[in-house]
Amino acid sequence: MQLIACPWCGPREEVEFSYGGQAHVPYPDAPGELSDEEWAHYVFFRDNPKGRFAERWNHSAGCRRWFNAIRDTATYRFERVYRLDDARPVTS
Amino acid sequence: MSPRTPGADLPEHPDSLWRNAEPRRSYDVVIVGGGGHGLATAHYLAKNHGITNVAVVEKGWLAGGNMARNTTIIRSNYLWDESSAIYEQALKLWEGLEEDLGYPILFSQRGVLNLAHTLQDVRDSVRRVEANKLNGVDAEWVEPDEVRKICPIVNTSADIRYPVLGATYQPRAGIAKHDYVAWGFARRADEAGIDLIQDCEVTGFATTGNRVTGVHTTRGTIGAGRVALCAAGHTTVLTDMLGIRVPVQSHPLQALVSELLEPVHPTVVMSNAVHVYVSQAHKGELVMGAGVDSFNGFGQRGAFHVIERQMAAAVELFPVFARAHLLRTWAGIVDVSPDASPIVGMTPYDGLYLNCGWGTGGFKATPGIGWALAHTIAHDEPHPSVAPFTLDRFVTGALVDEHGAAAVAH
Repeated sequence: MQLIACPWCGPREEVEFSYGGQAHVPYPDAPGELSDEEWAHYVFFRDNPKGRFAERWNHSAGCRRWFNAIRDTATYRFERVYRLDDARPVTS
Repeated sequence: MSPRTPGADLPEHPDSLWRNAEPRRSYDVVIVGGGGHGLATAHYLAKNHGITNVAVVEKGWLAGGNMARNTTIIRSNYLWDESSAIYEQALKLWEGLEEDLGYPILFSQRGVLNLAHTLQDVRDSVRRVEANKLNGVDAEWVEPDEVRKICPIVNTSADIRYPVLGATYQPRAGIAKHDYVAWGFARRADEAGIDLIQDCEVTGFATTGNRVTGVHTTRGTIGAGRVALCAAGHTTVLTDMLGIRVPVQSHPLQALVSELLEPVHPTVVMSNAVHVYVSQAHKGELVMGAGVDSFNGFGQRGAFHVIERQMAAAVELFPVFARAHLLRTWAGIVDVSPDASPIVGMTPYDGLYLNCGWGTGGFKATPGIGWALAHTIAHDEPHPSVAPFTLDRFVTGALVDEHGAAAVAH
């Protein structure tokens, strides 16, 4: 089974984690001013790249904390894990 | 009694069903993706609209993606009017498809049982049966003793973790042989003069202003009057090239087969609650599908723990399967939309048509979407059956919310 390196607990099996989709999708600054189209993009539209993807994971059967990861969606390889309050790391 | 030789009643493989075409400089219509949907669209463009200056471009080999990886289940017992309409249209086409294609597709209307395991399952299932009846879809509610008569190997004991409280039954549902379906469409399209071009990956689009005028491929640029995308899990790889955002997420969806067994399973059984769906293919292998792996993935493989859970569910429901051996597992890449309904029709670009978001349910729609997409391309406006499934429904809010509502194992 794939091991995922929780930033707090270290490498654990994939079954202990749940997936949270794309990372770095902030709540709109001025929600009252959003058009229907802008709301639609906030609620329903997420990137779906084949390759590197910044995404959220939760160590739900462990420390239950959220973290972010850069993972390759074609190889499933985790390239980096980082804390929610860290900026998206620059990957080459 | 001597044992039946598995596969003995299947037809022999023919030598060649289509030309392996070289790309020409331009076509009236280019279809991106040589799977079931792309091939069916090509067939109906020729048959229904007389449009034959058409190429189907495929990055791998014909029908080697999800068309080779699905569990071949065909049914139309969806809850909402919009969904049952398009799947029922497809089912009616399936019923005449062998004749239309002049090719055996082993369409077997052996019925599908969608099991209910909780009181809420029962209420939802009965509601769906009544909705189906109003939409002219054959559906009935069956009690556990009838489930046992239809499929004797289902464990209907009250003493299991998720007892079978009944099921919905659609007698006209069934399975077909997926490869033969693709080959039948491909042969017909080829006979009509349509070029099926394999090993030809789209790497970009040619545009003039707001119009798509062709595709750049690994085998050169091909001009196109109109372009239709039938790329399933890889749709966003294409739409990202054009800067169009499409709200689908690609996930691996796993399935597996057992070794060949004597016929034991006369129908198709699906269970949402314990999450497995099972039929027995014509050759004799048990074909089982799982749920999607949670993460986004384009790898055509998934995690083994998903298979383990699926097997646990299967053995609980079918104790006789405990002695079967796993032969092979694989994954397809399914593009799931926010409301679990397809996204079909016009795009922000003139001459570009979208067909994606079928998620875990694309195979059963094959002839229906081919028919509707061919119409959409030929008339430059959505066929009525796909009109509710526009891209802009995520802005207007007119969703077709089939998540968990349609006995669908998403």
